[in-house]
Amino acid sequence: MRIFDPHIHMTSRTTDDYAAMSAAGVRALVEPSFWLGQPRTSVGSFVDYFDALIGWEPFRAAQFGIRHHCALALNPKEANDPRLREVLDLLPRYLEKDQVVAIGEIGYDSMTAEEDEALAAQLALAVEHHLPVLVHTPHRDKAAGTRRTLDVVRESGIDPALVVLDHLNEVTVAMVRDSGCWAGFSVYPDTKMDEPRMAAILAEYGLTGMLVNSAADWGNSDPLKTRKVGDTMLLAGFTEADVEQLLWENPVAFYGQSGRLDLSEPAVDATGLHEGNSVLRGGAPAPGAVR
Amino acid sequence: MTEPEWSTTRLREALADRLTPQADDWLRGRLAAAAAGPEAVRTAFPGAARHGGRGDLQPAGRDDGADHPLARWQVEDAVRTLLLAALPLRGEALVAELTALYRGGDTAERRAVLRALSVLDHRTTDEQLPGAGPYGLGDGALPLVRDALRTNDLRLIAAALGDYAARRLDQAAWRQAVLKCVFTGVPLALVAGLADRADTELLRMLDDFGTERRAAGRAVPADIESVLHAHRVS
Repeated sequence: MRIFDPHIHMTSRTTDDYAAMSAAGVRALVEPSFWLGQPRTSVGSFVDYFDALIGWEPFRAAQFGIRHHCALALNPKEANDPRLREVLDLLPRYLEKDQVVAIGEIGYDSMTAEEDEALAAQLALAVEHHLPVLVHTPHRDKAAGTRRTLDVVRESGIDPALVVLDHLNEVTVAMVRDSGCWAGFSVYPDTKMDEPRMAAILAEYGLTGMLVNSAADWGNSDPLKTRKVGDTMLLAGFTEADVEQLLWENPVAFYGQSGRLDLSEPAVDATGLHEGNSVLRGGAPAPGAVR
Repeated sequence: MTEPEWSTTRLREALADRLTPQADDWLRGRLAAAAAGPEAVRTAFPGAARHGGRGDLQPAGRDDGADHPLARWQVEDAVRTLLLAALPLRGEALVAELTALYRGGDTAERRAVLRALSVLDHRTTDEQLPGAGPYGLGDGALPLVRDALRTNDLRLIAAALGDYAARRLDQAAWRQAVLKCVFTGVPLALVAGLADRADTELLRMLDDFGTERRAAGRAVPADIESVLHAHRVS
């Protein structure tokens, strides 16, 4: 099984996780920027965070045969802190980096005026830089928040094919599919979405325009949830081609709209097992076993 | 003074086979714009691979022992180096611009700045601007080399140890850098000027490292043994 996790926060994970993900079939991922559990207090913290997301983290991932790309943004929760407004001014420079394949996570947390402003400004940046957008839907008042998010997306004029609304559930999936946006699902150990419910949603709505992720971070989460969804799908009667479409082709199609996905086998490997410097782009064969 | 492996002339020749017509147009346009000031380079620098191309600058398979993926120049390194060489800046002003591009750069951009140091430091006099300041870069870019050597990223460590570092890094820092290569797995064949600068203190450090490894029942990297052997013989 070849897997592309379209939303996972590897900064908060260990090398054991990378090894387990690699063994489970993960060959590519996108790490969206988000908050880190504890609020940051200055723009400088974001500079270092963004630099790690385009530098150190892809290097770490490559040593396990995994291609790492990222999405950058001022997240909704921290958009409410006036000390961090200037993060928006950093973005135009960062959005031109090769490893940046989207803007995200943006969206609503508590649906404040500050969040409105940051969301609209970053949707405008997406149009300007021709980048896809990963939009977080709020955990509290989710249905109303999702509806309001779709209104703002529509008003921005961005092509809905460039937008994914994430953390969806049975209540919010239909309105997002009707909008033409992609539908994202975060499969968690206890909250958000689980594997059997996910398989049922896929059986009802089909695989087109669907993205499934682990959204694993510093909380109770599981970086192997993408694989577990694939296994559950096979047991539920989906074919291997269906699993490949959901867990590989769909994220490649979505983030590929950036024109920046590099899915060649990672060239740098501390163990010296991956010395090839392949320039294959898009749908390269999965690398061999990684120690 | 050690000769850099690459010059702007050689980079232009190597790129001639590797650039698509569109990439060539883009690069010519950016180089022309660079003459007017650093703004054009600042915006072109991050996207140099997307617009200029990727992949090895030269075919793999050179037989001089340094044909390691970490040693191979990429097309994007050559494109970025030419952009830097086109800046109408010299001396301290050039170092300040290089520093800003390095600090704001991702790993590939930082690697390109590090690789370009050797080329820029060794430009021939006909590449100098009329009335420009002192020849070469001076020691002003050493903080970038030291920054790269503090990382654990093999690509940056390898790129930092080119001719510029061989020529200008102080001996204590240079020895520590060589030892860091051994620790992190950067082949010693990639360290510029190793044969010229290796001294008895470095050999002692490498020898001690080998002793520690053997005491721990771990393998001693083969390139350490060959460096030690070469010096015992000579």
